[in-house]
Amino acid sequence: MSPVTRALRLSIEEGVAVITFDLPNEPVNKFSESVIAGFDTILGELERNPAVQAAVLISGKPDAFIAGADIDAFLEFKGAPDAEAASAMGHRMMLRLERSRAPVVAAIHGGCLGGGLEAALACAYRVATDHPKTVFTFPETQLGLIPGAGGTQRLPRTIGLRAALDVILTAKNVRARKARQMGLVDELVHPSILRDVAMRRAKELASGALPRARRRPRGVLALLLDGNPAGRALVLAQARAMTRRKARGNYPALDAAIAAVRAAYRGPRERGYAEEARLFGQMASTAVSRELIFLFYATTSLKKDAGVAGDAPAPLDVKRIGVLGTGFMGAGIAAVAAMQDVSVRFKDTTHAQVGRGLSAVRDVLKDRLAKRQVTRQQFEDQLSLVSGTIGYAGFGGVPLVIEAVFEDLAVKHQVLAEVEAVLPPHAIVATNTSTIPIAKVAERSRRPERVIGMHFFSPVHRMPLLEVIVTPQTAPDVITTAVAFGRKLGKTVIIVHDSPGFFVNRILAPYLNEAGRLLDEGVAIEEVDGAMLDFGFPVGPITLLDEVGLDIAGKSGAIMAAAFGDRLRPSDSMGRMLAAGRFGRKGKLGFYRYDQRGKKGGVDQTVYEFLPGGRRRVRVPKDEIQRRCALAMVNEAVRCLEAGIVRQPRDGDVGAVFGIGFPPFRGGPFRHVDASGAAAIVQQLQRLDAAYPGRFTPCARLVQMAKEDGRFYPQKGKPV
Amino acid sequence: MALSESGRRVAIVAGVRTPFARAGTTLRGVSAIELGKIAVRELVHRTNLDVDALDLLVFGTVIPSVLAPNIAREVALMPLLPKRAQAWSVSRACASANQAITDAADQIALGHATIAIAGGAESLSAVPILHSRGFSDVLVAAAKAKTLGQRLGAFARLRPRDFIPVTPAIAEPTTGETMGQSAEKMAKLNQIPRREQDALALQSHLNAAAGTRDGRLTAEIAPVYVPPSYDQAMTEDNGIRSDTNLEALAALRPVFDRRYGSVTAGNASPLTDGGAAVLLMREDRAAALGYQPLAFIRSYAYAALDPGEQLLQAPVLAAPVALQRAGLTLKDMDLVEMHEAFAAQVLSNLRGFESVHWAERAGFREPVGAVDRARLNVLGGSIAIGHPFGATGARRSTTLVNELARRGAQFGLMTVCAAGGLGFAMVVERR
Repeated sequence: MSPVTRALRLSIEEGVAVITFDLPNEPVNKFSESVIAGFDTILGELERNPAVQAAVLISGKPDAFIAGADIDAFLEFKGAPDAEAASAMGHRMMLRLERSRAPVVAAIHGGCLGGGLEAALACAYRVATDHPKTVFTFPETQLGLIPGAGGTQRLPRTIGLRAALDVILTAKNVRARKARQMGLVDELVHPSILRDVAMRRAKELASGALPRARRRPRGVLALLLDGNPAGRALVLAQARAMTRRKARGNYPALDAAIAAVRAAYRGPRERGYAEEARLFGQMASTAVSRELIFLFYATTSLKKDAGVAGDAPAPLDVKRIGVLGTGFMGAGIAAVAAMQDVSVRFKDTTHAQVGRGLSAVRDVLKDRLAKRQVTRQQFEDQLSLVSGTIGYAGFGGVPLVIEAVFEDLAVKHQVLAEVEAVLPPHAIVATNTSTIPIAKVAERSRRPERVIGMHFFSPVHRMPLLEVIVTPQTAPDVITTAVAFGRKLGKTVIIVHDSPGFFVNRILAPYLNEAGRLLDEGVAIEEVDGAMLDFGFPVGPITLLDEVGLDIAGKSGAIMAAAFGDRLRPSDSMGRMLAAGRFGRKGKLGFYRYDQRGKKGGVDQTVYEFLPGGRRRVRVPKDEIQRRCALAMVNEAVRCLEAGIVRQPRDGDVGAVFGIGFPPFRGGPFRHVDASGAAAIVQQLQRLDAAYPGRFTPCARLVQMAKEDGRFYPQKGKPV
Repeated sequence: MALSESGRRVAIVAGVRTPFARAGTTLRGVSAIELGKIAVRELVHRTNLDVDALDLLVFGTVIPSVLAPNIAREVALMPLLPKRAQAWSVSRACASANQAITDAADQIALGHATIAIAGGAESLSAVPILHSRGFSDVLVAAAKAKTLGQRLGAFARLRPRDFIPVTPAIAEPTTGETMGQSAEKMAKLNQIPRREQDALALQSHLNAAAGTRDGRLTAEIAPVYVPPSYDQAMTEDNGIRSDTNLEALAALRPVFDRRYGSVTAGNASPLTDGGAAVLLMREDRAAALGYQPLAFIRSYAYAALDPGEQLLQAPVLAAPVALQRAGLTLKDMDLVEMHEAFAAQVLSNLRGFESVHWAERAGFREPVGAVDRARLNVLGGSIAIGHPFGATGARRSTTLVNELARRGAQFGLMTVCAAGGLGFAMVVERR
């Protein structure tokens, strides 16, 4: 075996050339210009070597095939033409792979993503392992891009139009079995025989025993929709309508992907590839893509962040935890822990409460069974990991307890005293409070340095963010353990310093208040929600209030007003709603109407009767609504950075996007400032401050940045 | 056997069980495997056991699942436990959990293991109902058939009687005698009056009720949140009747001999669902890990006799051997824990202890002696608490050592009768 290039090895056995992709010093294989040049060299060599009849492309990495293109290279693009040229280079390589004299078989084990999947599609045959690590994904649209190395052309040709659009537009992970079903791979084998079977198939392709062009039998629906121009036109039109509805024009890559797929069915293939390259170039130079790629870097760098600066102490090994409080949050935490094979001692004060909690845990876990994300055995194993109790037996061996009892300081203190009496001395107590300062909880602790905040968001199994709240007393290994455990649960973890509302709820408060003020002034509920949906939030602020519960939002709002004064005083509309006994969706009575099963209907017009705005609606331009709500949040986020509540802009941006749903394509509040320019933001804030005194005073950091033309992130290169 | 060697004795560190539920009631939807897992999981949590140190798990069950015959392995494969722990299942009828305990103790004594879990579980709500032999033959033939014709031919051989399912009975395969018939026979052979049987049953209920009331029995119980809704938590046994009396028991009709019989549903143990487990450790290991064992196993013995004779009388043969191996006598025993399959059997066993005839059969000159009733089954027995065959031995071991510990007493004797004419006796010591 000889290393032809640094990343590729070539060996020739019985007329079959085995190309092993093994990028040095990297955990996964990625395509870059030099790797592509290496492939060119090897493919050229194979063409010339008469001893080579067929070839196999396999990865040298354990459990990872090819992760796609090296995104670092995307940062170097100076504009659309650069990106288009890179795409064209990819096309040339894939064509060479596809048209190679010696047929190439892709032997796939582990993640096969983006460019890796495009290379696999260019191969003459695909053998994959029937293994949970083997997944097929086109993540490009999540980065604001489209597949740029022939994916939009070869995928529909391989699996049909409807399936291809689904895979490309949703960026979903396709598991091995499903990939075999949809025809994305030709055959599934056990990992131990992957190489052998791939070599055998390569020989059969060379001898003609296995034809290079194979047709899969398809169903009637496929014939009607995928198999003829009229059906395809219908499918494409439906896809366009659906993306418009969902993306509200904020994600141009979805439209571009549809357009590229459409080109696969029009004219010669070269034209299709050219169209894909053109659209890829266009997308790669959008601000949307820039921000989504930023988020990719931000979350990737957070995964490597231990949570403390400098020499981070190793986190404790957490295989068992205790969860105090079996309510909705406690049950969610217990369920996500069980999903990661963590044993949970699940305690409350009465058997009835524990039983309800277990039932909630079961519902969360069962959902994954229903979606076939786990087998019945896995489901039962996970369920069995959560053991209910009304006593503290079993807490003597747990290194971490997460407290999710009633939001009342006295209750928390009592529970803390009880549990600390039985815990081993090194154990950590994490409180899942969202309103009580961690220092307050810790002040009655025997070991305040081992008390920390782990602020999960509801519903725990769906919300990707975890705020780890630290006080000046918190010990470093307590922080690293909380961070590592949160990450084990699949959460994106940010470190937040103890302060009312922490970070996410702190910046949410002025945003929701401003939405309420617009209602005070008489703006229609659907106008406010609609404006913020168009801005890119996944739900409007008024709908969010209904979802969270107005009682909870009201309680939190009062705490914020007490801590930060008039700037964060809740709206009058909020108070009127609470006075009217409307608590949102859970009581089926909120700003919106809800049917008996809790399904949301239109705006409840009767609320205008008692809102300060009265019955007559006032119109405020959409962009003014957006500015007021969004800038209230942005300004508060920068205040948090100023006060050291978040360590760096990256954490604040990730927190806003993953905790609140700040439009991902805007990168987050700090990225939003950079994109607009601090000066422009300050100018807008000053104008709003003049109109609505006291709420929009730009914070000092912004004013200073405006003067110095400052930024939160570097203008060029890697953002973090 | 070096069960009593200093520093290497086998310690019973703790025991946990599920509540025992009469078959067909609260736990009818919970399989024996699940019951076993619940008991073992709670045992691990309550003892804060470092599971990575667990060497093996032995479990007893009498009517195993046809689909998962090695219940011990199924229980041991719960995610809480390490996959490398050995696991095997044992069957010795009502002494199955005792067999599990002595198997594990032997492994520890031999130096093959230092930490083990032993126990058992039974769901008598879910007994497997089998196809008839004729129906099975047809299914096997159909599965082997290569053509449609052959397959149809196989089914054509079916006769109406083949559709009658087979329910396993609690009867001796060799004698055809049911357990109840055997007890009835023993009552007659040993001249046990109905009145005495009912009185013993009443005492069992009263003792168990007191133990439930004051928490001594419930302390060993892991609550079961009853699936699928979990809105009910079962925390105590549901067969114990604190309100029964001699009149009510006397009013029950004999079941197995309606004319001259004395064995009733009231003076026999009921069909029961439940699981139980104990944690065993080598003495020095327990001390090193900071555990304070409830008791140590000092000796044990098994015995057997012809099942056609007195099916449940073998404890009388096992007890003197266990006492001899312990170097102790009945007088040294602070508590005696005797399995209550039937009151008639308990009373027969007690008479056997006092009999020179049975002593000679066991190879001794002197009888074991008369058991002080104040020390017998002080927390009730299987008649009141219930009898999930595979679990009972671990439940009773737990109850015995807990009560010895509470009393600050030193020695305890446990005996078990079992189907097949088998018997067991074990001596435990506190210090």
